[in-house]
Amino acid sequence: MTVKDIAQRLSLTEAFSGENVDREVTGCYIGDLLSLVMSKAQQGDAWITVQGNINVPAVSTLTDCAMVIIAENMKLDEAALARAKMEEIPVYYSEKSAFEIACGIKECL
Amino acid sequence: MANSSVKLHYEVADNDFTVAGEASGAVKKVLRQLGFPSDVIRRVAVSMYECEINMVIHANGGHIDVEITPDKIRMVHTDKGPGIKDIGQAMQKGFSTANEEVRQLGFGAGMGLPNMQRYTDEMKITTEIGKGTVVDMTVYVNKF
Repeated sequence: MTVKDIAQRLSLTEAFSGENVDREVTGCYIGDLLSLVMSKAQQGDAWITVQGNINVPAVSTLTDCAMVIIAENMKLDEAALARAKMEEIPVYYSEKSAFEIACGIKECL
Repeated sequence: MANSSVKLHYEVADNDFTVAGEASGAVKKVLRQLGFPSDVIRRVAVSMYECEINMVIHANGGHIDVEITPDKIRMVHTDKGPGIKDIGQAMQKGFSTANEEVRQLGFGAGMGLPNMQRYTDEMKITTEIGKGTVVDMTVYVNKF
């Protein structure tokens, strides 16, 4: 299922969608500790986190995640959102917990 | 690229998270354009980013020299920091001297150096107290 489809199915709020919304999502990883995310998240994953700082788009780019979902009503800060736009990383917000979001994604894959 | 090499140089600013990751992101793009396998690109990008973050957090910035040849990618990170007192301790998973602010940014879990070692084929640390540290890492393209 694509980024766009998952965003729609899970009623996610768009922070930035850009030109990669038709990319296929192939897995999911939950993590807030960035070194751990870098070693465990896989290419094509939907990465769920509560972090919202400038390092989030950087780590997403390095691991080649398909999308970032910020859980628990947290938001990206201004610098992070600008970097996400520059790097063309689809980022969405949700008021749900990481667990609830991951369960929704599992049903989509 | 046979018999040739690509050399890249990056400056890393002190205490500026907004630019941390730019060098590793740029190298990733170059490696992709040159057609390197995706696992090699990931190993280089992640180990470089961890090192960049360390330079920003602990070491007053510095510079990175990258040499790309068909069979290997070598990254030499030279910082202006205080040096590492005990490299053995610094290499232990979970050991960190990062402050609370850095931890809130998602780092400081003591996984940076272990991640770098895990993702590279060769890693050499040369450090001098009061002068700085050089982290020299190499990823081979066809090493299994």
